[in-house]
Amino acid sequence: MTTIWVAVIGTSLIAFGLKYLGHSVPEKYLKNERVLRINTLIPIVLLSALVGVQTVADKSKLVIDQRLAGVIVACIALALKAPYFVVVISAALTSAAIYNFG
Amino acid sequence: MSSVNRATVTTSLSVSFTVGLYGTAFGAAGVAAGFSILQTCLLSLLTFSGASQFAVVGVLGAGGSAISGIATASLLGIRNGLYGLRMAPILKVRGVKRVVAAQITIDESTGVAIGQEDLGSGAMKHGFWLTGFGVYFFWNLFTLAGALGAQAMGDPSAWGLDAAVPAAFLGLVWPRLHGNFERALAVSAVLLSLALTPFVAAGIPIIATALLAVAFGWKVRR
Repeated sequence: MTTIWVAVIGTSLIAFGLKYLGHSVPEKYLKNERVLRINTLIPIVLLSALVGVQTVADKSKLVIDQRLAGVIVACIALALKAPYFVVVISAALTSAAIYNFG
Repeated sequence: MSSVNRATVTTSLSVSFTVGLYGTAFGAAGVAAGFSILQTCLLSLLTFSGASQFAVVGVLGAGGSAISGIATASLLGIRNGLYGLRMAPILKVRGVKRVVAAQITIDESTGVAIGQEDLGSGAMKHGFWLTGFGVYFFWNLFTLAGALGAQAMGDPSAWGLDAAVPAAFLGLVWPRLHGNFERALAVSAVLLSLALTPFVAAGIPIIATALLAVAFGWKVRR
């Protein structure tokens, strides 16, 4: 088996295992109030961090480029209560405009 | 099941299509890194977690070993486990349904689900399933398209996809940032992940922010 096949199968097995593990923790362990509070906050921190990393990180470097401009425009659109697709498209148009013509 | 809220459907479909489109970039990246079209498509079908997929083709494309590719991808996949922890008590599914739910537990399905919290747990469930299946469909479709026509589209940045994806996630988390507490938490998470980025392997800066959730959630808020 080639390296690539090992990587494809190994990555897929572990990816599913991690997902299934999360779903299989007995609910009684999640009933505790503190665990409940923390569990509600986890997607907020992970998704916020993801936004930050996708906006200014390039591998292990921090880079300010067209992506940041796009995300700032998205922030403005969100603050103005724009519909979801407007938020996403305005970010894409801003970023693409700077990338192509900036 | 209760009737499906139209706003939930719109959000789910917008997210599915936007993120799915990015599958084109993955398809192209896979082929460019030396993966066959079949291997590239299998990663989307079986691993089904964008960050992990980009990581494994990135590491192997740069000459890394299978083990380092798997390790990096798995590090990025840990957060799906944390999402599963959050979604399980809402979905309450067993057997085959749990297997399916686990496979589609990713940033997007969890993000849309928590974005529907104000509409009730029924809307959260609908958001999860619709987005999970929607992303699965478009992500795989566009992975194949990208793998087949890597050159035709060219650079995803030229299409603004590099900013559309974080904007899409920002739009999902935004409705949850209604108080100063949540905003402070989100800003801390961004700062911590960026501060760690230059020093640790990809994936760790994001998972590390789970510690902030623990710190912020430890005490009862007034």
